Amino acid sequence: MIQIKDLSYSYDSDIALRNINLHIEKNTTCAIIGPSGCGKTTLLYLLAGFIDYTEGEIYIKNEKVKGSRKETGIILQDYSLLPWKTVWHNVALGLKIRGISKDKIEKEVDDILHELDIHELKTKYPAQLSGGQKQRVTIARTLIIKPDLLLLDEFTSALDAMTKENIQNLILNIYSKKPVTIVFVTHSIEEAVFLGQKIVIMEKAKIKKIIDNPYFGDVEIRSKIDYYNICLEVRRWLREGKTYENN
Amino acid sequence: MKTIEKIIKTKTLYGIITILIIWHVFHITVESNVIPSPYETVRRFIVLFPNTLSMHLLASLGRIMLAIGISIILGVPLGLWIGMNKKADSIISPVIYILYPLPKIAFLPIFMILLGIGNTAKVTLIVTIIIFQILIGVRDGVKEIPRELYYSAVSLGVSGAGIYRHLIMPAVLPRLFSALRLSLGISISTLFFAENFATTYGIGYYIMNAWTMVDYLDMFAGILSLSLLGLLLLRSLDMAERKICPWMFLK
Ligand SMILES: Nc1ncnc2c1ncn2[C@@H]1O[C@H](COP(=O)(O)OP(=O)(O)O)[C@@H](O)[C@H]1O
Ligand SMILES: [Mg+2]
Repeated sequence: MIQIKDLSYSYDSDIALRNINLHIEKNTTCAIIGPSGCGKTTLLYLLAGFIDYTEGEIYIKNEKVKGSRKETGIILQDYSLLPWKTVWHNVALGLKIRGISKDKIEKEVDDILHELDIHELKTKYPAQLSGGQKQRVTIARTLIIKPDLLLLDEFTSALDAMTKENIQNLILNIYSKKPVTIVFVTHSIEEAVFLGQKIVIMEKAKIKKIIDNPYFGDVEIRSKIDYYNICLEVRRWLREGKTYENN
Repeated sequence: MKTIEKIIKTKTLYGIITILIIWHVFHITVESNVIPSPYETVRRFIVLFPNTLSMHLLASLGRIMLAIGISIILGVPLGLWIGMNKKADSIISPVIYILYPLPKIAFLPIFMILLGIGNTAKVTLIVTIIIFQILIGVRDGVKEIPRELYYSAVSLGVSGAGIYRHLIMPAVLPRLFSALRLSLGISISTLFFAENFATTYGIGYYIMNAWTMVDYLDMFAGILSLSLLGLLLLRSLDMAERKICPWMFLK
């Protein structure tokens, strides 16, 4: 699904990514974790086509990425709902832009709002929602365009612990019902292990280690010891970068 | 909505009553015809309004509307452009910052020489003053749009004219309304000055003329009508904003 070859990127003089190589299979999930400032968001934005790369190559479905792709859905931490549109209109936007008929939009928006349990919020504005509700709306808005690739950037980091788990479960649930390729950036080890089939550990501009997570997909995983073993492994890898930096 | 309207109405009423009381106290303590009583003024206003004041107000209103209209037509696109284009911003903004604080009123004689002594010079004067409010407000409105918001709109497939319609215009509208509110006040006071030259129509002319005739009651009736016009315009602007930008008024 996604092939990244020798990708490098710099902002002015700052090198944000150096020689990234990564392969992500179709309909699998991939977590990207690493210390803040290591280039995770940059990598995601390059995949989304928001910024243009000059060195290296990115292919999605064997097509070179150039600008934003119609079937890529993206969910950011915050600021992603349009404050001047109600929940309903935010969710309908993607369909409206695609020139879909009014009746069809009405039906699809209602369906997805029911599915994500936010139908009663449809006339509210984003400023009137809680963090968890906002993320549900963002998810609805993204899913309605039927993406084959979902990119998420720290999508739970503005939420409290309980809501975090709810939203993580929701993503897993959506994935189990209808698998799509998911790449998500996180700084939570637990989230990476809960949602990532593949866990990419980054340190300053580079990929340090890729771990395969055989326990992915189990909703009850959080109460099992294997989960903590993988969390510990990820933590060790993240730690190592720290001691290296200190030397 | 009903309660909001009620609060606004009672607040306006409260404002009017306070001003009337202060005015009346001045009238009593000064004890001179320089400050006529509110009651006399209102009576004179009622007499003068149908045939005299309304004509002058209409002339002034026309000039204000024309000036604001031109400023929007020129200022909004320019503001959008420099808000979105870093290069244009770095070239144009320094020029704006030099022109903005200049006392444009001092240039009225020059405008009158170049543009004739009629309405064009007066309207031009107001435009040169308020266009900066609008331009800077719009520019800042564009600049304040978070990058993430832009990206997420793009990721939904919004592009071209859609970016203006769904992202930029709504982001800028509240700033435009604030700029218009400021502009309105400034236009009224500028007009008051400009209407002292080469015209016999306009509420500014009317007030100053009454003053030179030492008719303070007429003068106060003129001032009253001017403030009512201002109130009406500001209230209409508020109502328009509530209608057009409902997300700014959530409880
Ligand atoms: N728009 C930008 N302009 C300049 N430098 C940037 C910009 N965005 C990110 N950077 C820099 O690039 C590096 C990687 O940033 P980012 O990808 O946001 O990291 P992360 O998401 O892992 O925290 C950081 O050093 C950051 O300061
Ligand atoms: Mg980031």
